[in-house]
Amino acid sequence: MAMATDVTRSVVGDSLRGEKRDLGGAIFAGLLFAALLAALAILLLLFWDVGRRGVPLLAERGLSFFTNGPSGSASKAGIGPALVGSLLMMAIVAVVAFPLGVGSAVYLEEYAHDTKLTRIITTNIRNLAGVPSIVYGILGLVVFVEALNRATDIRDTGALISGGLTLAVLVLPIVIITTSEALRAVPRTIREAAYGVGATRWEVIRSHVLPYALPGIMTGVVISLARAFGETAPLLLVGAVRGFFATTGGTLEQILHQPYTALPVQIFTWTSQPQEEFQDLAAAAILVMMLVLVLMNGVAIWLRNRYERRW
Amino acid sequence: MATPPVALRPSDLQRGAGPRRKETAIRRLFFAAGLVSILISALIILSLVSKSIGFLSAIEPQWLLSNNWRPRNNEFSIHALFVGSLIIASIAMVVAAPLGLGTAIYLSEYASTGMRRRLKPIVELLAGVPSIVVGFFALTVISPGLIQQVFSGAGLFNLAAAGIGVGILTVPLVATISEDAMHAVPTGLREAAFGLGARRKATSIRIVLPAAVSGIVAAMIVGLSRALGETMVVAIAAGGSGSSSFTLNPLDPGQTATGAMATLATGTDQVAGSGAAFPSLFFIGLLLFVVTFTLNLVSDRFVRRYRRRY
Repeated sequence: MAMATDVTRSVVGDSLRGEKRDLGGAIFAGLLFAALLAALAILLLLFWDVGRRGVPLLAERGLSFFTNGPSGSASKAGIGPALVGSLLMMAIVAVVAFPLGVGSAVYLEEYAHDTKLTRIITTNIRNLAGVPSIVYGILGLVVFVEALNRATDIRDTGALISGGLTLAVLVLPIVIITTSEALRAVPRTIREAAYGVGATRWEVIRSHVLPYALPGIMTGVVISLARAFGETAPLLLVGAVRGFFATTGGTLEQILHQPYTALPVQIFTWTSQPQEEFQDLAAAAILVMMLVLVLMNGVAIWLRNRYERRW
Repeated sequence: MATPPVALRPSDLQRGAGPRRKETAIRRLFFAAGLVSILISALIILSLVSKSIGFLSAIEPQWLLSNNWRPRNNEFSIHALFVGSLIIASIAMVVAAPLGLGTAIYLSEYASTGMRRRLKPIVELLAGVPSIVVGFFALTVISPGLIQQVFSGAGLFNLAAAGIGVGILTVPLVATISEDAMHAVPTGLREAAFGLGARRKATSIRIVLPAAVSGIVAAMIVGLSRALGETMVVAIAAGGSGSSSFTLNPLDPGQTATGAMATLATGTDQVAGSGAAFPSLFFIGLLLFVVTFTLNLVSDRFVRRYRRRY
C-alpha cells in the first residue's frame, strides 16, 4: 500500500514539475546495459590477449604445434599428447556420465514419487553441482587412483582412466540437471496418450519421452563435455603429468593405464614458466582450446534452437 | 436382437507376466542410477574424513596454530589460507555482484524478447570460459594492465588480480540465478506498477527486486561459494607458493585454501620436508567442502522460498 502511494506520488510529482524526460531512468538503463557490455568487453579483451600472442606462434609453428609433445625448449614444444589425452578423457566422460546421468534423471522425473528419499536425492544433486572441482580431485585420488593401484600391479600416481572417471563424476550432476529439465519439458499429454493405448511405463519412456527430450539431453551432454574439457584442478590431483613423458600406444587397456596429460594441464604447466616464450605457447594452446569450446557451445545452442519445440 | 456384448474382464486387458517382469527390472535399473549421486556424496565425505583423520593424528595440534603456511616446516596455518580465500572471494563479489545483478535486471526487465535471445549467449559464453583461461588473463592483463597501473607498489602476483579474475568467473552464475528469480515474479505485479504510472526503473527497483530478493540472495551465496572454491585462477595469478605468510593486504601475493591444495598436489612438497605436508591437503579439502556445502544448502533454502511463493 505504502509502495503504491510512493510510486504514485513520485509520478504525479514529476508531471506537476513538468519533467517529462526521465533522466534518472535513462542513466539507470545505461548502467544496466553497461554491466552486460562489460561481460562482452571482457570476452573480447581475453580473445585479443591470447590472439595477439597465440596467432603469430600458431602461424610460425603450423602443424608441429599440434603434433609435438612437451619439451624443455619452447620452439619444439607442442600440444600433441595433451590433445590426445583430453580427447580420450572426453570419450570416457561420454561413456560413463551420459548413461548414468540420463538414467538418474529418468528415474527422478518418470519413476520417483515425491518421497523423502527423492527429495534428498534432488537436493544432493544440486549440492554436488556446487562442490568445488578440486574436491572431486580428492575423490578421484582416493577412490580411483588408489583403488586402481590396489587392483592392478601398476604403481604409477595416475592413469588416463582415473582422470576420465574423475571428470565423469564431476559433470554427472550437470548431465542429470539438464536431462531432468529436458524431460520435464515434454508435456504430460504425450505420456497420457501413450498410456491410453496400453503402453507400459518403459514403452512410454523409450518411444515417446526420450525421443522428444533428446535435443535437450544432447545440449546438456555437449555442455558437460565442454566443462570436462576445460577442467584443470581435479586433474592435478589424479596425476596428470606436468613434465615430460612418452606415450607408447598399444592396446586399449594399456592406453587407459598410461601416464597422461590434458590440454588445460599443459597450459597450466606453461603458464607457470617464467620465460616469455612459454607464455606464448600457453596463449596459443588457450586459443586452440577456446576455439574448440566456442564450437561446442555453438553446437549446443544450434541443437537447442533447431530442435526446440514449443508445445 | 443382437447378441449381448461379452463382458470384458480386467484380466483380458492385462498383458502377460513377461512385460511386467521386464518393467520391474528396468525400474530397478533406473533406481540404481538414481542412487549414484548419493554414492558419490558418500564417497566424497568418506575420502575426506578418513584421510583428514590420518593427517590430524600425524601432527601436533599446535602446528595448526602457526601464523604461516609452511607445510614443509610443519607450519599449517589453516586460518592464513582461509583469510586468503575470504579476501579473494570478497574482491570477486565486489566485481560479480553489480555486474551479475545489472546484467540480470537488464535481461529480465529491459531487453525485448528478441534482444534477450541475442544477448543471452554472451553470458553463456562467459560461463563457458575455463578457469585456467581466466587465470592466464588475470596474470597477463588484469595484473599488469590494471592493478599495477593503479597501485604502483604491487607485484605481478597479487591477490587483487586473482580476485578480479575469480569475479569474472562468478558473474554468469550470479546473473543466471538472479534472472531466474526475477523471471519468476508474476507479470501482474509489474502491470500493476505500470498501471499506477510507475516507470521501468521504479518498477524494477521497488517492485521486482523486493519480490525476487530471496532468489537474489541465493545467487550471491552461490557466487560466494563458487569464489571460495575456485582454484586455477588463484594458483596462476595469486602467487602463493609452497610457503606463504599470513597477509591481509590484497596487493601482496598470497595463498588460499584451494591454491594451497593445487600447490601441494603439483609441488615437490611430498618429496622434501614434512611427511604431513601432502596429507594436509585432505584436511583443507574437508574444511572447504564443509564451507561450500553449507553455503549451497543455505542458498537452496532461499531458492525454494521464491519457488514456493510464485
